Amino acid sequence: MAELHALASKLERDQLIWTSGYLAALAQSAEATKSLAPSPLAVAKHSDGQLWTIFFASETGNSRKVAESLHQRSGEFGIATRLEDLRAFRAHRLTKVERAFFVVATHGLGDPPEGTQAFFDHLMSDAPPRLEKLQYGVLALGDSSYADFCEVGRQLDARLEALGAERIVERVDCDLNFRSSSEQWSLHALQEAERRAQGSGAEIRHLHAVGGILPNMAPSSFESPVLVNQRITGRGSSKDVRHLELDLNGSGLSYLPGDSLGIMPENPPELVEQLLDELGLDARASIILDSKTLNLKEALLKHREITAASQPLLKALGKEHRKLEALLMDRDKLRELLRSHQVIDLLSSYPIEWNAQTLVDTLRELPPRLYSIASSLDANPAEAHLTVAVVLYERFGRTHWGSASNYMARGAKTLRVEVEPNENFRLPSDPKTPIIMIGAGTGIAPYRAFVEHRRELGHVGDNWLIFGDRNFFTDFLYQAEWLNFRKDGYLKHLDLAFSRDGPEKVYVQHRIKQRSRRFYEWIERGAHIYVCGDANAMAGDVHAAILKVLEVEGGLSEELAVERLAGLRDCGRYQRDIY
Amino acid sequence: MSAQLTQVEQVKARSNLLRGSILDSLLDEATGTLAEQDTHLVKFHGFYQQDDRDLRTERLAQKLEPAHSFMIRIRVPGGVVTPNQWLAMDQLAERYANRALRLTTRQAFQLHGVIKHNLKTTIAEINACLLDTIAACGDVNRNVMCSVLPELSPLHARAYETARAISAHLTPQTGAYHELWLDGKKVATSTEQEPIYGPTYLPRKFKISISVPPTNDVDVFAQDLGLIAIDEAGQLAGYNLTVGGGMGMTHGESATYPRLGNVIGFCRPEDAVSVAEQVVKIQRDFGDRTDRKHARLKYTIDDRGLDWFKEELVKRLGFELLAARPYEFLHRGDTIGWQQDDQGLCYLTLFIPEGRIQDTDQYQLATALREIAEAHSGDFRLTPNQNLLVARIKTNEKPRIEALLKQYGLDDLQSISPMRQQALACVALPNCPLAFAEAERYLPDFSAKLDALLGEHGLSQEPISVRLSGCPNGCSRPYVAEIALVGKALGSYNLMLGGSALGDRMNRVALENADEDAIFEFLASALQRFARERHSGESFGDFTQRTLPHKDA
Ligand code: SRM
Ligand SMILES: Cc1cc2nc3c(=O)[nH]c(=O)nc-3n(C[C@H](O)[C@H](O)[C@H](O)COP(=O)(O)OP(=O)(O)OC[C@H]3O[C@@H](n4cnc5c(N)ncnc54)[C@H](O)[C@@H]3O)c2cc1C
Ligand SMILES: Cc1cc2nc3c(=O)[nH]c(=O)nc-3n(C[C@H](O)[C@H](O)[C@H](O)COP(=O)(O)O)c2cc1C
Ligand code: SF4
Repeated sequence: MAELHALASKLERDQLIWTSGYLAALAQSAEATKSLAPSPLAVAKHSDGQLWTIFFASETGNSRKVAESLHQRSGEFGIATRLEDLRAFRAHRLTKVERAFFVVATHGLGDPPEGTQAFFDHLMSDAPPRLEKLQYGVLALGDSSYADFCEVGRQLDARLEALGAERIVERVDCDLNFRSSSEQWSLHALQEAERRAQGSGAEIRHLHAVGGILPNMAPSSFESPVLVNQRITGRGSSKDVRHLELDLNGSGLSYLPGDSLGIMPENPPELVEQLLDELGLDARASIILDSKTLNLKEALLKHREITAASQPLLKALGKEHRKLEALLMDRDKLRELLRSHQVIDLLSSYPIEWNAQTLVDTLRELPPRLYSIASSLDANPAEAHLTVAVVLYERFGRTHWGSASNYMARGAKTLRVEVEPNENFRLPSDPKTPIIMIGAGTGIAPYRAFVEHRRELGHVGDNWLIFGDRNFFTDFLYQAEWLNFRKDGYLKHLDLAFSRDGPEKVYVQHRIKQRSRRFYEWIERGAHIYVCGDANAMAGDVHAAILKVLEVEGGLSEELAVERLAGLRDCGRYQRDIY
Repeated sequence: MSAQLTQVEQVKARSNLLRGSILDSLLDEATGTLAEQDTHLVKFHGFYQQDDRDLRTERLAQKLEPAHSFMIRIRVPGGVVTPNQWLAMDQLAERYANRALRLTTRQAFQLHGVIKHNLKTTIAEINACLLDTIAACGDVNRNVMCSVLPELSPLHARAYETARAISAHLTPQTGAYHELWLDGKKVATSTEQEPIYGPTYLPRKFKISISVPPTNDVDVFAQDLGLIAIDEAGQLAGYNLTVGGGMGMTHGESATYPRLGNVIGFCRPEDAVSVAEQVVKIQRDFGDRTDRKHARLKYTIDDRGLDWFKEELVKRLGFELLAARPYEFLHRGDTIGWQQDDQGLCYLTLFIPEGRIQDTDQYQLATALREIAEAHSGDFRLTPNQNLLVARIKTNEKPRIEALLKQYGLDDLQSISPMRQQALACVALPNCPLAFAEAERYLPDFSAKLDALLGEHGLSQEPISVRLSGCPNGCSRPYVAEIALVGKALGSYNLMLGGSALGDRMNRVALENADEDAIFEFLASALQRFARERHSGESFGDFTQRTLPHKDA
């Protein structure tokens, strides 16, 4: 009876894998699943105690989704699983775990997702747990435009092995279009687990590779009309920042302050032209993409990332350019190269023979971009507002565009959007809890949502904004609104740092230090601290400034300050959304 | 019937001698503005909160507050500054202002576009060069004007002395100014007082000027208090006094009106300061504090009668005024170009387009003046016609200055019609919050068109006084011009004609709410008739006064 079941599900599976509809449906179910209970079938089968724990370390929710889908599907393989968020898991308890899958994302510059640092710290510490009893598999999520591509997954994998654990399935490093590769890895992992459960005699089923047939966005994404596209930096500003208002009517989408919106961009047509020119390729050349025939121009416009450079492209170029290949081995140089060069810069600096098809095969799929939602849904029913800094600059003698930001700034009439929930960036559940909002540039976006939300719902907790940008006169984003919030009592304090107004550069961290006493008092009053915006410069300095506050005002030693802040982070009172 | 004190009166009363919450306002970095009450008080300290009106709608859409900044007015009694002071102003304009240095119609300097953050530094630097801003605006005595060519007559030097003495005597005594801008120590408020003004100062602004006949460059009849220097045998005998002049009015409110000052008598030079003090005190005690549109001395006088006023003044002075003495005004404009006095010192009057000291594509006025200031040991004088006099140039300095004029294109700039030389325009858009229409920015265009018209009728050398104001407040003293435009709406003005060339007769409305085409059509026919029908020596003002039909209201 059980065997029959297994066979049936096996057949189904094998057949279904061949149909793309299956994967789409899967993605959909993963999307829609809120109840994470494994199927009754799975529960029935697994009284043998062979429980697999699926750990995830996620910041923007991708790893969580993959983990959930893994959990959801385990029943089909007769595997019992449970989900565990690494933010809430103590590393020393890992010694008690015998079977585990890890789905982990990399953030910052090769750092673990917000809230999971403690776990990784412990694992990497001088006194790590011994893990000889552990069987495991790692799936790494990342973005190959970062030099530290999937760094967290890689390190975790290596560390588990070094601590004596047994790897039962090879790690896979997923790029931003992780849906298909994560599916494949999941199938492998579950199969291997199944095989082990059934005893060593069982045969490994042959799985077929599934090409990039998944859409970039979940099918639940929505074509949203753009209601407002307004520049909000004043005349003479060094930046073009836009306020967008999107119409979510009829989308069924909902969000909470702190969430982001994924936006599917199209590339700047001029850049496509330049690229074709540079490579001497014909815009009308036909290519095959996801088993559909398209012309090259359309593929470059809508389906391939041609702005931010990523590692697969570098590897391809490195094959013919020794100098580049050598450079790729040096992490710092690689980081610098990826930071400063866009696709076209690399293609022209490292010329190789391209044809239309190899080009689209080498370039990465155009991924959606995330934007913090700058509005409260309660205050603006059926709308989502964004604050978008337009990426546009000159370098190497040519204009460089950012794909999504320019697509929006140039007045796209509609945008394909999806909501990316961010449970790591939430208003306190107690409406009376004070909050300190620290942000630079577009990092102000979620705070607009926060304060709007609190005002709309009559939440009376004190709000304090510490905002920084370049020039007061032109770059104080949403100034008029903040002044009104303050006047109406929804903003207790408003501290500003403009770096280019005076002879000395003043940043938000300086304001934190200046307001050290008050900052500490607010922490003592139970304030939640939020940091949003630039990951490179701001977040680290702000972190250091907060530590200093704890030392100076709280009389803590450096170590204790670190501990206190980690404590605040662990109980959700220090949350960051940095990019 | 007695109405309530105006809001500004209440703010003044609560202000603790002009302190208010200015300090807190300055420290608030989230906004370029001051708290509402402080915007009234800072005028007494010499500056106004403004916003760039060109950017208003744009910034509203950008969710930014309006482009706020401050206009700082620097008091210059009689318009006289040293070359070093000139250089200091030039530098401040360069560093802190966004629209160059402006010479006002009252011989003062203005800096536009100073942001809140820079106010304190700017004002401190102004004081460091021995100029100041206190009482440049506000309900107090304003910059005291004085005709600009003292050295051409021994009288002028004495008149200038009087101007300075009056200015100093009527300067507010509050410690707030020092405290706020010069890091003065906090003055013990119990002992601090305003001996002349009292704690609520005057009901309204108050203006004094001294003219030295034969020039009426200062428009002595447009002042609350005017002093006309009387020359007897080359000596200053004393001053004829005029009271109750003023320009401001409001469209459609007949209770408001411009008014010429009345000559009420004569006083000795040594009594001038006490006369000024007593006139100010009468206005302090009797001016209307319930309605700012009815609070100038001219209304106090009209409400109570000129005889009452004279009586009150004599009572307070403790002596009778003497009978007014004869005098004669011959002109109001500046004499552009070089002059020499009897001691051999040279004077150069430079035409300054719209009173703006700036470099443009055609000429480098700011640069030239900077270099002149560096090469020059005399002084500079800001004229009431928004021009500039470089005074007391030694003959050996003259060639260098002439070379500089040539080098920076100022030569060509000076060859303009007599009409243009003395044409005045107020600031108006984009700075002035009260402006209905363009003035300063329209003057070049308007006067070019008028020049062309004058040329057509062979009138290019006619020194017709032309004045543009962006609204009926009349900052360019338009009601005493021969041709005036007074703004009603963007591109729309009242055309006013019939004023005297010397500033002793007001003009009247010839066309209401007219656009440029209508104005020029009207002027074309008036000038054509003037060219054909004028009496010999008759000014355009007198001609239009004679021929323009009177509208009965
Ligand atoms: C700068 C100046 C015009 C210029 O282009 O030079 C000027 C500019 C302004 N005047 Fe004036 N007035 C200026 C000479 C005058 C004159 C001429 C004079 O004093 O000889 C008059 C007419 C005489 C008089 O006072 O009657 C004048 C009558 C006014 C009035 C009307 C007052 C009244 O009694 O109705 C106002 C409006 C008010 O006070 O409410 C006004 C108000 C203003 C303000 C401050 C607008 C405001 O209240 O917010 C203007 C600032 C614009 C700017 O950005 O500069 N200004 N103003 C002159 C500065 C003089 C100085 O150095 O102190
Ligand atoms: C959670 C989250 C929230 C976010 N919220 C916001 C938000 O609220 N507002 C917002 O504007 N952005 C936000 N971002 C960033 C946003 O997602 C995009 O990364 C950004 O808008 C750029 O996208 P793009 O498509 O325009 O540029 P891309 O096409 O991705 O091009 C960017 C590339 O240009 C290059 N580049 C960019 N700037 C420079 C420079 N100055 N010098 C040299 N090279 C440069 C780099 O190579 C970079 O990879 C958020 C990101 C995350 C992850
Ligand atoms: C701010 C930011 C920084 C990132 N830094 C890296 C990185 O250094 N290396 C990497 O491989 N991926 C990086 N990524 C990509 C994420 O790992 C990738 O988007 C992943 O799908 C996110 O998974 P999550 O949603 O579970 O957090 C970064 C993403 C963001 C938003
Ligand atoms: S006349 Fe009117 S518009 Fe012109 S400066 Fe004076 S107040 Fe402003």
